[in-house]
Amino acid sequence: MPKRFVSWMIGGPQGSGINVAAETLAKAFSRGGLYVFANIEYHSNIMGKHSYYRIRVSEEPVHAPVDEVHLLAALDEETLFGDHHHNPEFPTHHGHVHEVVPGGGIIYDADLGDIRARLKRDDLRLYPVPYFEMIRRALEPFGKASEYRQYDIMRNTVALGATLAVLDYDFDLVAEVIREQFKGRRARLADLNIQALRVTYDYVHERFGNDFPWKVRRRERRADQILIRGVQAVAMGKLQAGLGLQTYYPISPATDESTYLESVQSQYNVVVIQTEDEISAINMAVGAAHAGARAATSTAGPGFALMPEGIGFAAITEAPGLVIFLYQRGGPSTGLPTRTEQADLGFALHPAHGEFPHLVIAPGDVVEAFYDSFEAFNWADRYQMPVIVLLDKYLATSYITVPRFDTRHLVIDRGVRYQPTGQPDGYLRHAVTESGISPWVVPGTEGVVFWTTTDEHNPKGHISEGVIHRVEQMDKRMRKLELAAREIPEGKKFTLHGPADAQVTLVGWGTTKGAILDAMEELAALNGLTFNFLQIRMMRPFPAEPVGAILRRARRVILIENNYSGQLGNLIREMTGFQIPHRVLKYDGRPFSVNEVVEGVRRALEDNEERIVMISSEAREVIPWPTR
Amino acid sequence: MAYTVKDYKTEVWVDWCPGCGDFGILNALQQALAALQIPPHKVAVFSGIGCSGKTPHYIGAYGIHTLHGRVLPTATGFKLANPEMTVIAVGGDGDGYGIGAGYFLAAGRRNVDLTYIVFNNGVYGLTKGQASPTLPKGVQTKSLPEPNLMEALNPIAVALGAGYTFIARGYAYDVRHLRDLIVAAIQHRGTALIDVLQPCPTYNNIYTREYYNARIYKLEETGYDPVVHNPEDEKEIVEKKAQALLKAYENGDRIPIGIFYRVERPTLEDELAARLPHWGKALADLEPIYRRDLTPLLDELS
Repeated sequence: MPKRFVSWMIGGPQGSGINVAAETLAKAFSRGGLYVFANIEYHSNIMGKHSYYRIRVSEEPVHAPVDEVHLLAALDEETLFGDHHHNPEFPTHHGHVHEVVPGGGIIYDADLGDIRARLKRDDLRLYPVPYFEMIRRALEPFGKASEYRQYDIMRNTVALGATLAVLDYDFDLVAEVIREQFKGRRARLADLNIQALRVTYDYVHERFGNDFPWKVRRRERRADQILIRGVQAVAMGKLQAGLGLQTYYPISPATDESTYLESVQSQYNVVVIQTEDEISAINMAVGAAHAGARAATSTAGPGFALMPEGIGFAAITEAPGLVIFLYQRGGPSTGLPTRTEQADLGFALHPAHGEFPHLVIAPGDVVEAFYDSFEAFNWADRYQMPVIVLLDKYLATSYITVPRFDTRHLVIDRGVRYQPTGQPDGYLRHAVTESGISPWVVPGTEGVVFWTTTDEHNPKGHISEGVIHRVEQMDKRMRKLELAAREIPEGKKFTLHGPADAQVTLVGWGTTKGAILDAMEELAALNGLTFNFLQIRMMRPFPAEPVGAILRRARRVILIENNYSGQLGNLIREMTGFQIPHRVLKYDGRPFSVNEVVEGVRRALEDNEERIVMISSEAREVIPWPTR
Repeated sequence: MAYTVKDYKTEVWVDWCPGCGDFGILNALQQALAALQIPPHKVAVFSGIGCSGKTPHYIGAYGIHTLHGRVLPTATGFKLANPEMTVIAVGGDGDGYGIGAGYFLAAGRRNVDLTYIVFNNGVYGLTKGQASPTLPKGVQTKSLPEPNLMEALNPIAVALGAGYTFIARGYAYDVRHLRDLIVAAIQHRGTALIDVLQPCPTYNNIYTREYYNARIYKLEETGYDPVVHNPEDEKEIVEKKAQALLKAYENGDRIPIGIFYRVERPTLEDELAARLPHWGKALADLEPIYRRDLTPLLDELS
């Protein structure tokens, strides 16, 4: 059954606090026992450029954004009408009014005057609110009414107060969240903001009544739910795994994870180092891994582009415990620094010159990101090869209600360790073994020393260009990949969601998961077909045999990817020989909405299109829900 | 049991050219480790790429032979994860002052407790004698088809600007002097740079043993005092740096070796220890992290 939900959007210039308003509301929803999916779109800019934040709230779990907006809260004119005034020649967007559903509402600053003619539609409920007047009234009890212009930052709270009134949501829950944000010396600011919230809430109720058709009602609070951001889930997975040292060079959208770790470093005894560049970041992590710590670096495409030699270094020296977290963003080059894409799969699979084993895992959502981030370190230790966790901007900023992480079954496995015999020279760092694994040792262990080198080497770790040493070492390194392929459970490699014998099989990887899962419910209602979704998670070693079998058995197969060329489709063809006939693609830097998946699949099935390219609703008409 | 120089040697055949200055540096380093009686399993030697890159293979201690130019970040990561180890990084002048120049600067700013020895011979030996960042402009060593086009970088001057807390120059053919410098560098808390004049007998026919033997003198024999006695005194720091800078540019008929500058400043480890109450032992010791509990973080999200 398709889900019922309410979709809210707030837009405004960067620096105006739309994220605070949205996250406050999201938290209040989540605490009200509801499920939230929220995500921000923003520019690579500190202040002034247009950003917007969507919240989808429902009584059932929701996993992705939708095109349509039930209630739009605009902090500025640009949110409504676009940036023609900044960019008359090449406007980047035309505002969000067209995304509001018929009968939906718009909250905006009454100071903009009569906007009805400019809206070019008359099927909306308008909520003009005098933002500065609300701030002035809020400041009155504090004797600061005359300074209201200096408190323009509180416009976001005004928009939030109006939102609460229109959606008729629980005022006290929001006030509680605001109070938590301003603690200690800043507690006075909580009072100011709650007063602004109250003044606006009353104003809107009084003036516009309570007739909005999409209301949000709180339910019983659920202690087993958390509201978490993607970067926090990744950071927590790493902490749980025993991360010792994290390096990073500032880069969107990866930095938030490192700064989060930094904020809890004293609590968890984890060293976080900001390096001079990404080359240093990867090499420092390799050094820490050789020292015996679990080490990681987090970056985005342009930073990863500086890391290949360090990844090769880790691979040939068999550094234990090194994991690289790659948050994909729109490429190539600087590309779209703050926008999402799934275009680095090919790069992650071939991250350096030469041939060497490494692992690539691509979690599909925030929950998988937590568990995969944890497990990645076990693999890095066990197989002594670099592990790449492939994430993206969309996951980094996704803010979602999920079940509280269950850490009880998570076990740290540091792999095969050398037991000193007391005999000097007994230890061979690159011993040739049947499994390919050479037991590793923490440097400083008494009676042991070892050597290792980025040159090809003999088992002792000294340089060798000997034919036999070369072949032995190549073979033993690559054997570890075969071992990983055998040992890693199938459930970590891929998931077939839905009935095995469905009439249509959707194929995807990474963060398209949420939109595809939510779309499947819509699709089933659409035309009576049955659907399943093959989600590939382990990209190397690739589960070629079972994936090939599923695809050959499938009746109609449609690929969905957030990139230009369908990189997973190409990989599947390389690995299994199976050519997926339909590709639904998107490369405008925004994630798939549920509507877009539904529409892409419809076009593949009904119009038999082979290559279907989606453009975000920001720049086109909203795709109507066929089932509504 | 006392360790002898032999304990810091390996069976690996040393494949440097006969007469290479690298031998002197290797001997001095082994002698320094023996003089300090650091157990071999408590020492880790890191190298970059080039002739000097082979050094760890010849030393009986943990040896990690890294990438071209990246020895300092790698050694830094190792030291921060396993701070009880004595960490020594070695590399060539091309490695450290050319391809690794950015890391050379950042290491000075970080002041991690490690020793960095640069084998400075003015040429890229292993690739057959191209000009390195320390070869002066207009000089044409025997393998250069034309004279060098670029100005030389002054490592001591750059190190002063980057914030190194121990800056010295050694000479590969004065092993005893170099050994003492290395001992002092290892004992110094913070990043210690020793730039070693190391003639390449195969490719550098200008800056030879004879060239240096005729010019070198020891700073300590001239009453030069490199030490900042009051590290809180910014004025003294600047004065001592200015004095070192003048000596750094003294490279005509007389070339100084010895310690140019030395100051005690908090190391990065000191700063981290202040932030992380339980840090200080190896992060590889997983006992505390096996018991990590995410409950407080998860509670904040409900």
